[in-house]
Amino acid sequence: MSQPRTIIQKIWDAHVVTRPPGAPALLYIDLHLVHEVTSPQAFEGLRRRRLKVRRPDKTFGTCDHSTPTAPRELPIADPVARAQVEQFEKNCREFGIPFFGFRNPRQGIVHVIGPEHGLTQPGMTIVCGDSHTATHGAFGALAFGIGTSQVEHVLATQCLLQAPSQSFAVRVDGRLRPGVTAKDIILALIAKIGVGGGTGCVFEYTGAAIRALSMEERMTVCNMSIEGGARAGLIAPDDTTFEFLAGRPFAPKGEAWEEALAFWKTLPTDAGAAYDREVAIDASALEPMITYGTNPGMGIPISAPVPDPAEAPDAVERETRRKALAYMGIEPGKPLAGRPVNVVFIGSCTNSRMTDLRAAASLLKGRKVSPNVRVLVVPGSQSIKRQAEAEGLDRIFREAGAEWREAGCSMCIAMNGDQLAPGEYAVSTSNRNFEGRQGKGGRTFLASPLTAAASAVTGVVTDPRTLLG
Amino acid sequence: MEKFTPFESWVAVLPVDNIDTDQIIPARFLKTTSKEGLGDQLFYDWRYDAAGNPRPDFVLNRPPGNRAQVLLAGDNFGCGSSREHAPWALTQFGFRAVISTSFADIFKGNALKNALLPVVVPAEIHARLLQMLGADPLATVRVDLASQTLTLPDGTAVEFPVEGFAKTCLLEGVDELGFLLKHEAEIAAFEQACRAPVDTLSVKLDG
Repeated sequence: MSQPRTIIQKIWDAHVVTRPPGAPALLYIDLHLVHEVTSPQAFEGLRRRRLKVRRPDKTFGTCDHSTPTAPRELPIADPVARAQVEQFEKNCREFGIPFFGFRNPRQGIVHVIGPEHGLTQPGMTIVCGDSHTATHGAFGALAFGIGTSQVEHVLATQCLLQAPSQSFAVRVDGRLRPGVTAKDIILALIAKIGVGGGTGCVFEYTGAAIRALSMEERMTVCNMSIEGGARAGLIAPDDTTFEFLAGRPFAPKGEAWEEALAFWKTLPTDAGAAYDREVAIDASALEPMITYGTNPGMGIPISAPVPDPAEAPDAVERETRRKALAYMGIEPGKPLAGRPVNVVFIGSCTNSRMTDLRAAASLLKGRKVSPNVRVLVVPGSQSIKRQAEAEGLDRIFREAGAEWREAGCSMCIAMNGDQLAPGEYAVSTSNRNFEGRQGKGGRTFLASPLTAAASAVTGVVTDPRTLLG
Repeated sequence: MEKFTPFESWVAVLPVDNIDTDQIIPARFLKTTSKEGLGDQLFYDWRYDAAGNPRPDFVLNRPPGNRAQVLLAGDNFGCGSSREHAPWALTQFGFRAVISTSFADIFKGNALKNALLPVVVPAEIHARLLQMLGADPLATVRVDLASQTLTLPDGTAVEFPVEGFAKTCLLEGVDELGFLLKHEAEIAAFEQACRAPVDTLSVKLDG
């Protein structure tokens, strides 16, 4: 009998092309997603070497990062961003890559449109020049971010030179209580293991609380694997996965669907397979989480006090935490609840899907956002935007006083004009609270869509459970 | 790629843990379609004030940090975004090596592809080097990739790990894409043998 294997090992084994002596394995890539920010230098490299894209039929593009979320009839105001988006569309056309350009009605965030169209499927290897590529791991795919040199490698050869990662089981048992979400699971994990805790690893999320999540919620969890240091994170496919995929444009049909389904069912980790590392989280004990500092590991339950840097184990970490609190302008010892905020951002590849928008709308319905707060709601794709409008969510947001914008990365990375002013505080459903991430001098509290919406209503950091009926 | 040769250098000291790539090069500078001109934007928001003037107290704005080829940083250097603009900015500024107790995965890979050597040292060596440079900011270290040794200002030689293939590429200036392209026949054979899960050209989407 063969050795029991994890899903990570199974996908890896099935994609090794060759192991050249003295070099890492050549890993075959099933799907390569490209966007405007990390690809131009790679296409330029291909031109310099007179190379073609080897498999345009395994490549797909969309613009999202520097793409404005203002009405699409308007031209892109920033000439540098406009040139980048135009160059991206030109590159895709020249190299024969299918893509959603700036005005395409299906345009959206790269990690939203892949799953939405059924491009993302179990058992695949998926890469993108973006660290949140692990999002696609929600489908039981080995998906990870790469740099621009590797974007060029995959465009030219459909392969990467890659060493295997360690496996890291993240077991989440129990049941989430009302007001606690998938976002809180992943923020709690990162707070527990730290932002470097998963370095060199691929997470496999397991346990009853993970099984109970919808595909959109699973994407939220996998999305932030990189914030725990892991380049990839995945969840074995199950009926929830298959139901989500059935009927999507690129999902297999008819006989091919049955074949694919039989294959997908072989993917989950075998009984008795060993992981290099393991950690356990009890979902029943979780509260809504919020970050207080300048990396996603600086997270606490919303009712807990901000930790004192003096309690840090070593001098460099003490200094790092002091620097973070100084940047954030907050004192240790008190909870964040009640602190005034200037902006609430609901969006990003972490939390911009229908489930997220519905959650936010459930709190905003019949309420007004605080007059002191600018609230941006940015759907992850134009398709989601249309669906939300069909459900009337846009009216709920607008009537509450929030902005309802076009799809894109928006204020998560603040490259497209949507940004905080220096000193401003935001409750944000995005994935990074690094200094200046949402605009130079801006200060970010990461939280779930429920916490963000609750804070929008009150104008201060708010535990959503206080507003839930 | 140029061959990576041994060198001796001053050290720029930035003892902060978890320095993310948004600090190394803020996202607003990523709208470029070129690799050039990023050295001036390295650590921009730490290096310049609101008016765009260099902050005199920032390590890269004063000797020897402004001429150092080695950066000494805290744990988990390069975490966050996958942007290769981070090593591009570091090398264009003049850095050839970064010393830390650990590096984020994607950054490490990107650095090695751009002749920027990530030097991992144990915490106690890191603390000692920090102390030595505190006592004498003009002290130098020597980096020798072939022997995988970092020589501290007091002459102590410390061995550091480097993955074998990356080392060969750096020392001999091997072009990784060129190496991959030589495996064309094996890639084609793999494609023949294995099922293709998705064909992105197979569906013509409206709009």
